[in-house]
Amino acid sequence: MVDQSLFKSVPVKSSEITPQHLFRSRRQFLKSMGVLGAGAFLAACSPKIGSQATSSVASKETPMVEPESTMATDELGDPVNSYHEITNYNNYYEFSTDKREVAVLAKDFKSSPWEVEVFGLVNKPQTFGLEDLLKKFTQEERIYRLRCVEAWSMVIPWMGLSLAKLLGEVEPLSSARYVRFETIMDPEQMPGQKQGFYPWPYQEGLTIEEAMHELTILATGLYGELMPPQNGAPVRLVVPWKYGFKSIKSIVKIELVDYQPDTMWSTIAPNEYGFYANVNPAVDHPRWSQASERRIGEAGRRKTLLFNGYAEEVAHLYNDIDLRDFY
Amino acid sequence: MTKMLKKRFRITPWQILVHVVVWGLVAWLAWDAWTGNLTVNPIQAATQRTGKYALVLLVLSLACTPLNTLFGLRQALTVRRLLGLYAFMFAALHFAIFIWIDYGFDWELIRLDLIDKRYILVGATALTILTLLAATSFQWWMKRLGKRWKALHRLVYLAAPLVVLHYSWARKGDIFRLQGDILQPLAFGVVVALLLLTRLPALRRGAVRLRGHLQRRLAPVAASR
Repeated sequence: MVDQSLFKSVPVKSSEITPQHLFRSRRQFLKSMGVLGAGAFLAACSPKIGSQATSSVASKETPMVEPESTMATDELGDPVNSYHEITNYNNYYEFSTDKREVAVLAKDFKSSPWEVEVFGLVNKPQTFGLEDLLKKFTQEERIYRLRCVEAWSMVIPWMGLSLAKLLGEVEPLSSARYVRFETIMDPEQMPGQKQGFYPWPYQEGLTIEEAMHELTILATGLYGELMPPQNGAPVRLVVPWKYGFKSIKSIVKIELVDYQPDTMWSTIAPNEYGFYANVNPAVDHPRWSQASERRIGEAGRRKTLLFNGYAEEVAHLYNDIDLRDFY
Repeated sequence: MTKMLKKRFRITPWQILVHVVVWGLVAWLAWDAWTGNLTVNPIQAATQRTGKYALVLLVLSLACTPLNTLFGLRQALTVRRLLGLYAFMFAALHFAIFIWIDYGFDWELIRLDLIDKRYILVGATALTILTLLAATSFQWWMKRLGKRWKALHRLVYLAAPLVVLHYSWARKGDIFRLQGDILQPLAFGVVVALLLLTRLPALRRGAVRLRGHLQRRLAPVAASR
């Protein structure tokens, strides 16, 4: 078993607003939604968002006290989503295309022992055990917005390590221009991988500059807990300025290459999913508008921000390319 | 006179079944919404569920005619219009959730979404057809439009494939390349295609002949028992 105490060094300010407060504020917002005067049925549709009454398996396993984050909001002042929301609404097709079913099917996923092989155009190829990743590298809390290409979003308090630091350990060669990531292939544990129509295993890629960017992390947990299986245990990528599907889960391989790697979704539908997949309200996915999004836990919609609100940090990476052509 | 009235207001067992199932679905959805059992993204879940119900009911309404012509289930004809109307009801609900609860009548956001949104355009076209058909589904319109009524209501043969396309384009995948999350849209597409094929006059005549042939072959057996 992986030592859970590794995360305990993170200071927890209990004086900060807790998810329970968020929960209450959502209830209030619901009331306000009812006041809008939707007809009887539609009002019934207006959800008890974040209700803890739901009897999903994962919520039963949620600790008595919801895990806390050290911060209650992201840097823009938006509240973090609750642990319940983050762990019961997952796009993880290796388990199921049903976002709630994922938590149920992934419940017993074996993510320990785990090894991540880092190889390719590097001086010192290495295989890291999960313990190595957790102990060798500082685990930091990063509160990031996650914007799904389906036009919903959450604010998530991830725990994780800098990908740049990990790559530093293996010493990439100057010929390494891209990084390719691969999810574990294990159809016995991941029933979705038995289904046709998908080029399993899931793979993703970043340019070396994107991979070395300080915002890019390998996440190992959330809310100060080890990563739950449905969120990509034990280690997943998080690239907050890109659509969620770039943030590949349950990584077993990281390869430094000199070509632009194929990615799962660009293989399935090349005219819809590009390699870059930067969050950009001005570049529409042919099917989902990317101009607005629904923040989980909120009613209504909000405008989507360029690079998901991280333009200041990452826009310079794309000075030389036209984001319309390289979507 | 009383006989005519009786005939007019008689409810068939199939109709009772359809009413019960449909209002059961409505109650189930309302209950899930009320108890917070619609995922943490309830607007999307409610949109998807009403859309799915509309699609299923539309497919069932298309199945009524072939059930009669191919299998001699005359009762099926008594629920054809009902299923179509309920399909329209869920489609309208689906649209109301989209435009009202989801977008809060924010026309600027809706405009941005409509630009190049082929799946929304396709869905809107299908809904327009269903609205037209629902509005003209009553006896009064039938009499008024005469032969043109039948021609008008053949538009459902266009609406059904459009709804399947709308559904497949709302999933992550490419149905024409057989890649991604396409299993369900594909299944609905095959069923709709088969149901439309049964409308081809040649096929229908063939099926009716075959059925007559089988009945004649089986009838003596049944009689001798």
